[in-house]
Amino acid sequence: MPLTIGLLLGLSFVVSVLALAFLIWAVATRQITMQKGDAATVFGAEGAGHPDVDGTHLFDTTGIDRISARPVLVLIAAAIFWLVVGSLFGVGASLKLHWPDWLTGSAPLTFGRMRTLHLNLVIYGWLSQVGIAGMMWILPRIFRTPLKMPGLPLAGAVIWNLTVAAGGWAIATGWTDGEEWLEIPWQLDILLALAGVFFVLPMIQTARKREVHHIYVTGWYFLGAMIWFPFLFIVANLPGIHYGVEEATTNWWFAHNVLGLWLTPLGVGTAYYFIPKIIGKPVYSYAVSLLGFWGLALFYSQVGIHHLIGGPVPTWVVTLSVVHSVMMFIPVIAVAVNQHVTVARNTWALKQSLPLRFIAFGALMYTFASFQGSIEALRSVNTITHFTHYTIGHAHLGAYAFVSIVMFGSVYHIMPRLLGREFAWPGLIRAHFWLVVLGFAIYFFALSIGGVLQGLAMLDATRPFAESVILMKPYLEARSIGGSMMTLGHILFALNFIGILLARPGTAAKPVVAE
Amino acid sequence: MNRYLPLALLAFGILAFATLMLVIAPGVQIARHSVPPQLEPYTEQQARGRAQYVGLGCVYCHSQQPRSPDQAPDGERGWGRPAVAADYVYDQPHQLGTMRTGPDLLNVGARLPSEAWQLTHLYQPRAIFGWSVMPAYPFLFEIKPAAEPGDTVVVLPEAFAPEAGVVVARQEALDLTAYLLSLDRTYPAPADALRDEGYATMESGS
Repeated sequence: MPLTIGLLLGLSFVVSVLALAFLIWAVATRQITMQKGDAATVFGAEGAGHPDVDGTHLFDTTGIDRISARPVLVLIAAAIFWLVVGSLFGVGASLKLHWPDWLTGSAPLTFGRMRTLHLNLVIYGWLSQVGIAGMMWILPRIFRTPLKMPGLPLAGAVIWNLTVAAGGWAIATGWTDGEEWLEIPWQLDILLALAGVFFVLPMIQTARKREVHHIYVTGWYFLGAMIWFPFLFIVANLPGIHYGVEEATTNWWFAHNVLGLWLTPLGVGTAYYFIPKIIGKPVYSYAVSLLGFWGLALFYSQVGIHHLIGGPVPTWVVTLSVVHSVMMFIPVIAVAVNQHVTVARNTWALKQSLPLRFIAFGALMYTFASFQGSIEALRSVNTITHFTHYTIGHAHLGAYAFVSIVMFGSVYHIMPRLLGREFAWPGLIRAHFWLVVLGFAIYFFALSIGGVLQGLAMLDATRPFAESVILMKPYLEARSIGGSMMTLGHILFALNFIGILLARPGTAAKPVVAE
Repeated sequence: MNRYLPLALLAFGILAFATLMLVIAPGVQIARHSVPPQLEPYTEQQARGRAQYVGLGCVYCHSQQPRSPDQAPDGERGWGRPAVAADYVYDQPHQLGTMRTGPDLLNVGARLPSEAWQLTHLYQPRAIFGWSVMPAYPFLFEIKPAAEPGDTVVVLPEAFAPEAGVVVARQEALDLTAYLLSLDRTYPAPADALRDEGYATMESGS
């Protein structure tokens, strides 16, 4: 024990000195000063003051979008496919928790596998792909540089999707690495990592060859995410070296960072681009966005062990994660100030832009999910909510109500600008919005209320364990209703996507000649 | 911020630091603890059963980490003493779990040591607990007209028994049961036990 504490103190010292040196270097070379005009990088050459609410009038005026169009379209199409399939598995798993004798005849349809299929298909199939599509659309735009090596992501998309399908098949047949969020066998993970290289290389190349000096805040999040996720994914999946409780800390270091350092930067970065872009005005306080980004990197990266509070892991590492979870208030408030104030001062844009409705709603849910997460990590709260369905509600507030809903808006905004034509059925977009928002509200409140009651029942030694199971049933039924509404929304989304793809070519607007 | 490389390096450095704190340092600390002498490695059959447990996703409803009495009445429910890091040295992949839709199973072999009970419960949990929402696993069993020598017949109440013939456990069910029965960490915790004592300090420390 003394060795460990001495080691930690020594390391903290070294790290602090390094950080100080870095800070002095950054100040001396003016790395962290930002020009007033930097926040306007999103608007392109024409500058601020032009809301982007009409889908087609800005169709490919720079010639940049047509290069990114093909990989972006392929990734979005594949992502929506996995969204629908993954949601159906989610509903199936949900139904099985209150109809336990439904579809028990075959192993692939048992709850433990359907739930796992749901998680892996929506994380790797839907969220990661649609997020990468958004990065490939946005980065060339904020760098005013056409995507480099645009053929590579197409190869990446083929490998990625075949591997996600193979991973699904592996889980369905019981071939799994057996840790939450890391179920896809490591042999297949090698292919995912390879596809990841094919996605990341062109974007880093685009960043390095960019034609603007400043990297806009969205770029920080995206470039950070492209460093973090490959590292997390490879370390956590290294076969053979993790075991026992050390494997459990690695597991939750990874799993929470998938949310914190991969899906969150994708969602926050996307919102940071589209909110000012659609409204036509820069974000409220560009300097504060620095705090939001580095705060996220520093604090979010160390919260993972709050999943093991009260468990067989060293006390200090649990406490470290609890402290960092609470510190997350700082970057979250910084992002909230920027994004929500910008939207609140321009509510007219919510009426004019359906994509902005999704994105602004999703951004708001980021604030809620993070506040909830910080409070949930407190020992006194966690003792009730840990091991209950409350956690599932919280996970969906982050990964679904925040990231997924931002991505819906992103796709609705990108597609008309990518194809030069509007969505055929704007009514379906409205229906999609209300189905997922109301469905999610039912989902979230059912699991949150039920989860607290479940937790209280389990803490009370005078009540048999059975009570905690029985009292959950109506809440689990409500969750199935909410989840089905969300899935129906996803089906409308997919139909509308197919509609805009198959629209008659004559309806397309003529592209403006590239400058 | 206007340069890619410093951004990338610092972003990477921060995550490397987090990895040191959450993965490497606890890993070093855990590895320095000795294995409890009473904890035995899994036998071949138990390991096969553990693979069933992992493959069927039991972990999504069952934790394997009893809490301390400072925090929760896990001990009073018969789930065992507070788990310590050394209890898991033979576990790969770990199955600590984050959910208790069903009860904790780290000591289920000590709490429910009957193979017949486990087989009935796996075939149809509601044959034992009407309120249970655990999946039934009929695909781990087969229905035969009559038991053959060496078959393990599952004991079932009439309402859950097949109309004709008997339910016989397949090898997978027998393996899974062997693993469940091996789950027994009732030996005393080692003196240098490592676990989250945050709740104990909350009560005595402040």
